[in-house]
Amino acid sequence: MPSPFWCELASRRMATDTRSDVRFGGLADADLLELHRRMVLLRTYDERSVVYHRQGRIGTYAIFWNHEAIQAGATFALDDEDWIFPSYRESAIGLVRGLPAETILQWWRGHPSGWWNPADWNVASISVPIASHVPHAAGLAWGKKLRGENAVAMAFFGDGATSEGEFHEGVNLAAVMNAPAVFICNNNQWAISTPLEAQTRAESLADKAVGYGIPGVTVDGLDVLAVYGAAREAVERARSGGGPTLIECVHYRAAPHATADDPRAYIDVARMEEERANECLGRFERLLIDAGVLTAERVDAARKDAEDLMRAGIAAAEAEPPADPELVFTHAYVDPPENFRNG
Amino acid sequence: MAELTLVEAVNDALHTELARDEDVMVLGEDVGRAGGVFRATAGLRDRFGPDRCVDTPLAEAGLLGGAVGLCMAGWRPVVEMQYDAFSYPSLNQLITHVGRYRWRTGGRMQFPLTIRMPYGGGVRAPELHDDSPEAYYVHTPGIKVAIPSTPADAKGLLAAAIRDPDPVVVLEPKLVYRTSRGEVPEGEHVVPLGEARIVRGGSDVTLIAYGAMVPVCEQAADAVAVSCEIVDIRSLRPLDERTILASVAKTGRVVIVHEAPRTAGFGAELAALIAERAIFDLHGPVLRVTGYDVPYPYWTIEDAYMPSVERVVAAVESLT
Repeated sequence: MPSPFWCELASRRMATDTRSDVRFGGLADADLLELHRRMVLLRTYDERSVVYHRQGRIGTYAIFWNHEAIQAGATFALDDEDWIFPSYRESAIGLVRGLPAETILQWWRGHPSGWWNPADWNVASISVPIASHVPHAAGLAWGKKLRGENAVAMAFFGDGATSEGEFHEGVNLAAVMNAPAVFICNNNQWAISTPLEAQTRAESLADKAVGYGIPGVTVDGLDVLAVYGAAREAVERARSGGGPTLIECVHYRAAPHATADDPRAYIDVARMEEERANECLGRFERLLIDAGVLTAERVDAARKDAEDLMRAGIAAAEAEPPADPELVFTHAYVDPPENFRNG
Repeated sequence: MAELTLVEAVNDALHTELARDEDVMVLGEDVGRAGGVFRATAGLRDRFGPDRCVDTPLAEAGLLGGAVGLCMAGWRPVVEMQYDAFSYPSLNQLITHVGRYRWRTGGRMQFPLTIRMPYGGGVRAPELHDDSPEAYYVHTPGIKVAIPSTPADAKGLLAAAIRDPDPVVVLEPKLVYRTSRGEVPEGEHVVPLGEARIVRGGSDVTLIAYGAMVPVCEQAADAVAVSCEIVDIRSLRPLDERTILASVAKTGRVVIVHEAPRTAGFGAELAALIAERAIFDLHGPVLRVTGYDVPYPYWTIEDAYMPSVERVVAAVESLT
């Protein structure tokens, strides 16, 4: 297992290289600030959600603290017409597209106003069963290609998902159809309590790409620019007809699996603390501040904006009247069978 | 009208629907180059091209999950599962996504996909080429299920399934794929889901069946002295309760026939419907003639499993 810090220097190199197309991967200062804003948004969403859960304002919640570099970095390589297929670990990833925090909070509150139309945001519904959305991304990418549309599909899943049959079937389908898909494996080395070595004997999850005949790369999952760089290359390849890519983003889970989980029973607590001290947002902020792109004031402003957004989001969610019980029936069918209300 | 076998009628429906709607595409294992192991998709690849009749990898969950994504891209996929029991790896997709995705989007995204497959026993085939999985499908909310027993219905129900805005599973009785032959309307032909067919009128006993058990009921009706009404329900969801209840009101005696194992088979649902809605019309118990609660047997002994004319006759005679 490579150290999660093994390519931290990638960002440092990018930051210090003075060539404009290499410095920060060619991202302009405005892009870097936007990327930072998105990471702050995701971080704030996650931290506030844990609090809301403890306050009884949302239900059980899957924590993604320190996964922001992966989520913001990978999606930053997408255009608006591209699709995102989140697992529950990426429940709030639609925020980067402007999906209201209120909607996602309602999903975690078990309220039907947490439903959204995937086509409004090009963000698929949150997929709860592990890896079962991977074939959806393959099908959408393939189907768009058949229609001559220029959309890339990006699916997110964890390390445990790579053991699922539907991961294999979905990536293989995308590869065979040369579909413009990008598969982002969030390898935080834990599937709830099962460590990676109990999940696979493969040295690297990116190696699985070899079996599909597609490129597989490993990046530091805490290095937002490394994730972005790998994703941009994969998206460009997909869009230009080069087919799918598997990107493994390695880090080490620094928070519980979910609000209902106490990882002290199984995780290396000292390692977790080490990870928390080296968390991805702080790393990016230090990098940008050192480079003179970001200031402490801007950090504060970004946090305040995100906190305001969350405050408004939870207020709007809580202000919403209880869902109409009629919604139990409303959307089960377009053209429902006559007897479907019999209970 | 042309006289076609049941599987030729399926093929006719696919040709007609792909020609009618350019969003319709067919995908599955061996559906393209080979034209399907039963020839149900013959000629589609040549006529509509390899992008609209697609040979997929041998992976049923990926196939059905891929079709979910195709729906999201605006296609109307028709997925072939090569055999009944080969569809089981796709049940996760069916249950966790196909039946719920529209609901999950608050009704804002449609999943008008069709899954069709040959089903049922009696064809002297290896293990797991003989199952009747309709109960798994009809028990899954959000899914509609149709089962034809004649060539005309095979064409018309499949066309209705393809045009339906909800996901539909069409189970085709492979036992009568080539022995069931009949007049099939040319061109567009739709048999609406949710309308049972009275195969023949009668006054003493109602025989309720679908798929390959319809001809078994017809032979049984010929062999008994009493007058049997045969209801081919054609569509398990939506279910034509009116036709069933009207027949029971007339005869007061019911025998339900299916190949699938007995426990929690669709016959139990039909019996419950009749108990709830027509108990005072009944002159005797609602009987079922079904497969047994055992794995479908090897083919040298499968006749001992399949509901036979004799078993249906015995059930009818016990009621009269």
